Amino acid sequence: MISKDSTFLGYRRENGRVGVRNHVIILPVDDISNAACESVANNIKGTMAIPHPYGRLQFGADLELHFRTLIGTGSNPNVAAVVVIGIEPAWTKLVADAIAKTGKPVQSFSISQNGDHATIMKASKAARELVQAASEKQREVCPISELWVSTKCGESDTTSGCGANPTVGNAFDKLYDLGTTLCFGETSELTGGEHLVAERCRTPEVKARFMEMFDSYQAMIDRHKTSDLSDSQPTKGNIAGGLTTIEEKALGNIQKIGKKCMVDGVLDYAETPSGPGLWFMQSSSAAAEMVTLCAAAGYVVHFFPTGQGNIVGNPIVPVIKLCANPRTVRTMGEHVDVDTSGLLQREINMDGAGDMLLDMMLRTANGRFTAAEALGHREFVLTRLYESA
Amino acid sequence: MIHYVVHEDGDSVGTIVVEGVKGGEKLTGWVMEQDKMVSLPTISEIPIGHKIALRDLEKDDTVIKYGVDIGRAIAPIKAGEHLHVHNVKTKRW
Repeated sequence: MISKDSTFLGYRRENGRVGVRNHVIILPVDDISNAACESVANNIKGTMAIPHPYGRLQFGADLELHFRTLIGTGSNPNVAAVVVIGIEPAWTKLVADAIAKTGKPVQSFSISQNGDHATIMKASKAARELVQAASEKQREVCPISELWVSTKCGESDTTSGCGANPTVGNAFDKLYDLGTTLCFGETSELTGGEHLVAERCRTPEVKARFMEMFDSYQAMIDRHKTSDLSDSQPTKGNIAGGLTTIEEKALGNIQKIGKKCMVDGVLDYAETPSGPGLWFMQSSSAAAEMVTLCAAAGYVVHFFPTGQGNIVGNPIVPVIKLCANPRTVRTMGEHVDVDTSGLLQREINMDGAGDMLLDMMLRTANGRFTAAEALGHREFVLTRLYESA
Repeated sequence: MIHYVVHEDGDSVGTIVVEGVKGGEKLTGWVMEQDKMVSLPTISEIPIGHKIALRDLEKDDTVIKYGVDIGRAIAPIKAGEHLHVHNVKTKRW
């Protein structure tokens, strides 16, 4: 049972934020810098490259989101230090300087007119210094109110809506009362239940912003759809698991915000919240995209309820998997951190399940590897808004 | 043993939570919000996670789950029957 006196052991960063991991990351600005980043991470043990496929010829809001996601990832309190590598110097410096505003050690290198080999050598020397310094960082006792927690459900089925998702809702209700900072999203997946989320918005301004984001996402779907989206949203996996319509999926989805939390504000993709409370983030319903966005916004732990067995992880944020489907727990147990299947046999109640999740949250914050971390799931997927130029 | 759960009273569907449910079986259900037990015989085999109709529905009737509208029947459905994409569609897209 958690209370306002609950604590966890975290890494306090230069800007005052607290993380639950101590990663040193080698961050590519663009796709062609992936190879150099991976070489550096191979040379210097204890560092981690985060390759991705984009970063060239993007423009406008799509480019801003690209930068915001990379900068946010480097700035996340779970990250101790960063080596940034890009092809050309200006965008590389832009990303590195922005991450350096957090006060954490950042070094950057550009490949143009230097070549991979020289860049890898210089960046490896930097990475060695950074990882040795980071390895001396100690955890300290921190109040639970400093924990930022995000949530997204995935590979949902009908056990999500009556089991795993309300478990998150129960945990969120309890965390909300303790002054933590929380996040949920998956805009399209609220379709059919958007009025219920709107009712929970704290002010008319928040409600208006939420509906504006929801409506713009609907308009995008209407512009591009060729069918009623069955197989895409809900997915084939959702349907195999028993979910029939987007409305049904949405009602299950919304269980994650519990019964008491108010929606205190609305965030753009990967935007950092300005204070505690529950924030709605405009976001894709694709698992890796959304977890990547939450990590970029600064969230340090993620609750991921699943039905059919989603296996996603994230390079810098521990993703906690909970599941109420007894068949999934039996067939894919290596991916499950919290088994809540007892809920559907009335062996445990929702309070008990919520407390199980909060207990695992503290163990994870204090260092326990999630299943996704142990299995090496480090999905890092950038959200794109439109084509490159 | 609980074979199906219903989110709340008034829902027209329940969710099967055990494997191996066949047609012609008497099932025990749990209505979670009101914490009460109910029962119903099945007409068809229903896989775990899939839904069972709790009452007869006509074509174009609204299907209620969580106390709200989750779609429309596109064919007549009998109580105890498997309810899914073959007989229910979204109203939204």
